[in-house]
Amino acid sequence: MRIAVMATCLGDAVAPQAVRATVELLERLGHDVVFPPGQTCCGQMHVNTGYLREALPVVRHATEVFGPVADGEWDAVVAPSGSCTGCVRHQHAMVARRGGDEALAARAEAVAERTYELSELLVDVLGVTDVGAYYPHRVTYHPTCHSLRMLRVGDKPLQLLRAVRGLELVELPDAEVCCGFGGTFAIKNADTSTAMLADKMTAVLATGAEVCTAGDSSCLMHIGGGLGRLRTGVRTVHLAEVLASTEATQTPSARSLAAGVVAGAPRAERGDPPESADPLQEAPL
Amino acid sequence: MSTTDLPLPTVRPAHAPPGVGHLRGTRPFPAEARESLQDTQLRRNLGKATGVIRAKRAAVVDEVPDWEALRLAGSAIKADVMARLPELLEELEAAVTARGGVVHWARDAAEANAIVLDLVRATGADEVVKVKSMATQETGLNEALAEGGVAAWETDLAELIVQLGDDRPSHILVPAIHRNRSEIREIFLREMPGVDPDLTDEPRRLAMAARAHLRRKFLSARVAVSGANFAVADSGTLSVVESEGNGRMCLTLPQTLITLMGVEKVVPTWSDLEVFLQLLPRSSTGERMNPYTSTWTGVTPGDGPQEFHLVLMDNGRSGVLADPDGRAALHCIRCSACLNVCPVYERAGGHAYGSVYPGPIGAVLSPLLTGITGGDDPNASLPYASSLCGACFDACPVRIDIPDLLVQQRAASVESHGRPTGQDVAMRAARIAMTSPGRFRAAEKGLGLGRALGGRSGRITALPWPASRWTSSRDVPVPPAETAREWFARTRPGRER
Repeated sequence: MRIAVMATCLGDAVAPQAVRATVELLERLGHDVVFPPGQTCCGQMHVNTGYLREALPVVRHATEVFGPVADGEWDAVVAPSGSCTGCVRHQHAMVARRGGDEALAARAEAVAERTYELSELLVDVLGVTDVGAYYPHRVTYHPTCHSLRMLRVGDKPLQLLRAVRGLELVELPDAEVCCGFGGTFAIKNADTSTAMLADKMTAVLATGAEVCTAGDSSCLMHIGGGLGRLRTGVRTVHLAEVLASTEATQTPSARSLAAGVVAGAPRAERGDPPESADPLQEAPL
Repeated sequence: MSTTDLPLPTVRPAHAPPGVGHLRGTRPFPAEARESLQDTQLRRNLGKATGVIRAKRAAVVDEVPDWEALRLAGSAIKADVMARLPELLEELEAAVTARGGVVHWARDAAEANAIVLDLVRATGADEVVKVKSMATQETGLNEALAEGGVAAWETDLAELIVQLGDDRPSHILVPAIHRNRSEIREIFLREMPGVDPDLTDEPRRLAMAARAHLRRKFLSARVAVSGANFAVADSGTLSVVESEGNGRMCLTLPQTLITLMGVEKVVPTWSDLEVFLQLLPRSSTGERMNPYTSTWTGVTPGDGPQEFHLVLMDNGRSGVLADPDGRAALHCIRCSACLNVCPVYERAGGHAYGSVYPGPIGAVLSPLLTGITGGDDPNASLPYASSLCGACFDACPVRIDIPDLLVQQRAASVESHGRPTGQDVAMRAARIAMTSPGRFRAAEKGLGLGRALGGRSGRITALPWPASRWTSSRDVPVPPAETAREWFARTRPGRER
């Protein structure tokens, strides 16, 4: 199959390891992967913050960039993100219609029809659950809200994870509860978001897992940001990275993330005072 | 033909008026939530109570083989009601009048309160007993009656707790959900006249104390005020569903019964109740059927209240009906399932929303009813009080797409800005960057400067405002040395498409 990867803005700029893993995984499965260079963002941040007018040109741009899939130039578009796929599928046409552009809405619907989240593409379209991965770690899976309730991916990610050799899958308590990310919600309602994050982290830690995986880099950035801040020794890894791992390859991202998170980095590297500056030894003010 | 013209007198207000009732708080949601999140007792009480109701609801919903078909039916009936609300309301008025009731029309909360006060005064009574009612909470009826010299006694146990505690309701179904039993015992000991000073916090003892207190009111009150869960247009029948039986006391003992209901509560026929009486109890209390379902039609000589008044209230509803994006919010049957599954509600609590309608449905219904007056309107913040996780849609028995309504009301919030806010400017800048690959790559280069903040640790722990609201509780990964597109172009040259 000829598959275009939709990196997503976050995946391109902040979490490229998940995009790289998606490309490498699909190539390993024998597919031809392309990276449309014009791509930017699906517009979800604008839509979900209420900027439907500002979202319209972003949606138009995304529909143009991924339009070839509607013309059969590619067989599918894949995104390593449930929420960006959800935005394309459930919001692009709405934004176009509200903006009075019926032609764009129809085109966006045609693109959406062939746009898939990674686990959907693998299980539903490519018909594969054992992707030949090897990942010898204790892992828990957080089903992100939009993959669960917008796309209804169900247990597809779990089917994929169960087939990974060496992987010990542990069930996450209250898995279906939101981690508190919610895009700009995490900034606009930082206190409530943090309260939700605290409960999600409690659930993750209760599993004893060393890795928390999910299908969205955004939610993982949130959960991982909290786990890292508290130096919990648990890291977050995108589902694509787990599936891309084999006996032969340990993805560099997994190594660097592990090094960055476990027990925290040396203070000097964060620009803090040197270790010897014990605050209890300093002279009182 | 217009389907949105209600048979109301002359001027029809689009929104619920300010200054009357309880549809708007005084501070935006984030400020209220910041405080309530620090109340550890509240967190425990809400977590426990919503957890219990969630489990009960899930169990009784799962056992219904045609639950999804029932949801679709409920949604379809409500859509039909909204499409022909004017004719159904006229049909209801005619049926109630033919059975000896009197129908009154209230454009807004102030008119509704004035009509009820006048009706009570006409009986010579100086007190009323009340059935639990969201409509009268919405209009602030109790305060309006008190100003007019009439005492209103709440008879629903949870509403009684709220009233005695000089508190505000925090949940549609369980207004005192934020209280635990030891707090309830303290309120009773402090505020309930003649209460046993040895009262314990055993639920049965608390219920017995409330029963003794309320029975005196039931036997003395000559006027009752209720809301309505449903009104059947073709028969003129009103219905209230409840758990305690205190509502039925109010609906049968007094001489005069006054029912205040929002105009959206009408259903076309008696058989439509079949759908909602399956959906409502399972969704709200997690019961197969609620213990008491009362129905009454006009006046029955020698049996029950001999005077019946029905007040049909708009209070912003015709404005919502005229809004194609918001209209579905009127489908709500006030079951509160969306509150119980909402992770935001569970943590912040109902008071943070300011309005008597909290939770996901309240976050859209409140601003829809009041309108949003500008960026500093507390109700402008409500649609943002959600992570858009979608649990509310799955729980809603009439399939209201609450996440979509939240997004539409966020758009209304944005459009209410008089002058551009910082957020407006940031969103415009983002749109400019995101509509051109060249500009987007330049923005990514800017982001790469963040590498300097994280040093070699791979993590950023502090950023300036507004990003500080992220880094206050979470680290940020340092931007990578190479973006995904750069990696692809380097490793697979010429294969971008």
